Amino acid sequence: MTEPLFPQRSVGIVGYGAYVPRYRLPASEISRVWHGGYAGHPVQEKAVAGPDEDTFTMALEAARNALARAGVSAEALRAVWVGSESHPYAVKPTGTLLADALGAAPSVQAGDWEFACKAGTEAMVAAIGLVGSGMADYALVVGADTAQGRPGDALEFTAASGAAAFVLGPAENALARILATYSYVTDTPDFWRREGEKYPAHGQRFTGEPAYFHHITQAAKGLLEALDMTPQDFTYAVFHQPNTKFPQRVAKMLGFTPEQIAPGLLVPRIGNTYSASALIGLTAILDVAQPGDRIFVTSFGSGAGSDAFALEVTEAILERRDRAPHTEDYIARRTEIDYGLYVRYRGKLAE
Amino acid sequence: MREVWIVGIGATPVREHWDRSLRDLAWEAMHRALEEAAGLQPQALFVANMLAPLTAHQTHLGTLLADYAGLEGIEAVTVEAAGASGGMALRQAYLAVASGALDAALVVGVEKFTDVVGPEVEGAMAATLDADYEAEPGLTPAAQAAWLMQMYRERYNAPETAFMPFALLAHRHAVGNPYAMFRRAISEKHYRHGAPVAPPMTIFDMAPYADGAAAVFLAARDVLPPELPRPAVRIAGSAAATDRLALHDREDPLAFTAAARSFHRALEEAGVSPHQVDFFEPFDLFGVYVPLTLEAVGYADPGRAWQDAERRFGLDGELPILTLGGQKARGFPGGAAGVYQVVEAVWQLRGQAGDNQIAHARVGVVQALGGPASTAVTHVLQRP
Amino acid sequence: MELARHWRLKKQRYALQGEVCPHCQTKIFPPRDICPACKQEARTDHTFSGRGKVVAFTVVTQPPKGYEAQAPYVVALVELEEGPRVTAQLTDLGDEEPYIGMPVEMVTRKLRTVEGERGIIVYGYKFRPRLTVAQRA
Repeated sequence: MTEPLFPQRSVGIVGYGAYVPRYRLPASEISRVWHGGYAGHPVQEKAVAGPDEDTFTMALEAARNALARAGVSAEALRAVWVGSESHPYAVKPTGTLLADALGAAPSVQAGDWEFACKAGTEAMVAAIGLVGSGMADYALVVGADTAQGRPGDALEFTAASGAAAFVLGPAENALARILATYSYVTDTPDFWRREGEKYPAHGQRFTGEPAYFHHITQAAKGLLEALDMTPQDFTYAVFHQPNTKFPQRVAKMLGFTPEQIAPGLLVPRIGNTYSASALIGLTAILDVAQPGDRIFVTSFGSGAGSDAFALEVTEAILERRDRAPHTEDYIARRTEIDYGLYVRYRGKLAE
Repeated sequence: MREVWIVGIGATPVREHWDRSLRDLAWEAMHRALEEAAGLQPQALFVANMLAPLTAHQTHLGTLLADYAGLEGIEAVTVEAAGASGGMALRQAYLAVASGALDAALVVGVEKFTDVVGPEVEGAMAATLDADYEAEPGLTPAAQAAWLMQMYRERYNAPETAFMPFALLAHRHAVGNPYAMFRRAISEKHYRHGAPVAPPMTIFDMAPYADGAAAVFLAARDVLPPELPRPAVRIAGSAAATDRLALHDREDPLAFTAAARSFHRALEEAGVSPHQVDFFEPFDLFGVYVPLTLEAVGYADPGRAWQDAERRFGLDGELPILTLGGQKARGFPGGAAGVYQVVEAVWQLRGQAGDNQIAHARVGVVQALGGPASTAVTHVLQRP
Repeated sequence: MELARHWRLKKQRYALQGEVCPHCQTKIFPPRDICPACKQEARTDHTFSGRGKVVAFTVVTQPPKGYEAQAPYVVALVELEEGPRVTAQLTDLGDEEPYIGMPVEMVTRKLRTVEGERGIIVYGYKFRPRLTVAQRA
């Protein structure tokens, strides 16, 4: 039977930070180049990392923002964990780069997590365990990706770049307390990338019902039931956002309203930031949430699984929110590029 | 200190010498200088070179060139100070002879840019900067000089043609120099349509990187034979100075302090005042270096060296500069550049400068720079 | 293969770690251990804010080896708030033209890769136009 995870001591988000790169590729550009302009647009446009950006550089900026909000020194971190499917190195952790760049090294856990688009939330559950057990006071988790779709593939419309970082710590110092978490995973071949392959493959229609919808609804229902709560008990909700429709549909299936998911639904404007997708929705919600608001979060990672979280915002949000740029500040910083520049920036001409 | 005299010079034309090697070019210049020295034998060879380890995978040039030139067994060493290598090698030879440690020494500057092409050339040039804090972020010497142009124009409210007179003068003067790479005068129209390198810099604000070798034979006055085939020229003053290597570490990047220091020390040693100088060879690897040098040493007021410059600094002007084309039009042969300056000054002082001859030239000053006056070496040459 | 040269500079490259002179309080970057102002020993770490302004800039169109893929790129002389000047690329300019006096802030970016796709990635400081943060009540 479904049992949610409760830490021994209560844990919360002490600081959070987002990062969205400057460049935007409109869906109409991809449609023009690959589909003669006849394709439907799963998003309006997507965020594209510049040529000198990667998962580490984006994770670093998001992490710097999270630490600034937390008001915690980097030396206080006992874990620096990065979830991504686009780590700059196949072997050599993004976590050590990040820990050293932040000043958290050397007395720290550091490493990388991979679980398609839920690598960041998987790391977050682990960090809750680390802090909740009392082994550590503070842990940093980041979800970041420079997602890539094969040129011409439907994924190319949405595969975007971004990062979201969270400092987890004792609930008494939190800007949002974590009430409980619950995860639901199965072996489901909806989307994968084989070792050495540059671009992922996916199961097209198979990615919907048996994958995305099944895992999110099972995780979400599991957590709601265990907490004896309903969607009406939450002010906001955010679900993994691979395109504009899926999170809207899954919200409706679960009984959440369009208003509840509106502030976190960034996918039309920045695309699917993979490991950052649900988490950057959460940073946008925290940018506007008030003390006492409850937030429901459910990620999804292919292969497949979902992590569900229930949060409650504290008074600390008011004072910490403006210590770093808001998610919308990054989204507002927007320079449109064409497909040619996109191809150059993302190294699609290499080799 | 003993008096030191230049008794022989030699050079190759500055070109893209695709078919010639470092040793081959150096040998030609050395051979000519030795011929003029009327049987005097050098006791040491000072090689000036800046890039051979990067462009030709060749270190140990001193021994290589001594061997190749048939000077077996003599002392030999390579002197490197970026663009000032030639001036610095001459100074080391000068110090050795002046001190009495040696009676005669041969200096040869040699560079082969064309053994590599494209980004490898820029990469080698960038190695003259602070590798960790200037080159690693992607700076090149050309980009650095472009900053200086921008800062100069900004500070002095100078027009975009402020650096044009120095390019025009150099090209005009190179017409009469058979060793020069570009023997063609350019007009304001050419200048204004130069291909951009690093805005606001165009190809007309920087010297072309080229191949060449130049040599100078030095001897103490007391060992000179009674008869020399060519008149000897005295090295009356020699001085070198350095500045902070990285431009970002300088209080005032436009100050060219080392250029001023080495200039004044050399003139002081020679007992010559700036207005007794008949011609001056500043180091125009980048055109902007010229006004900065002229202003630093006091030949022009700050921000004003470009005004009326074609007249003031032309061959008939009050202080002729770049009298045989400078680096801009003769071509920039790296470690040999400072030696070419000396060879050209000796032509002027011997009366061998042809159409470019400065009437009654008695005192010439040459200055070689490594980077934006990060190293500056000045020599005062005097006809007896 | 070039490794240690980049590895030992990581504090400077990732986070603009310099020094402050314990004698005259001059802030020093890059670190040089002898204070350029008072010439006494200075070995106290100081991490710079990363805020500064553009003093000079240009566009590199003829890049050195290893930088071909980035060209044309903007390289600038940036004066840090605390005083020192640094050489760095400007990034994320988008459609903004750099100008003298442009307020910029440090970001950590890929500088280049050593020996192409197989080698290590060198990360370091660049500067971007300061992020506009919306006015909030």
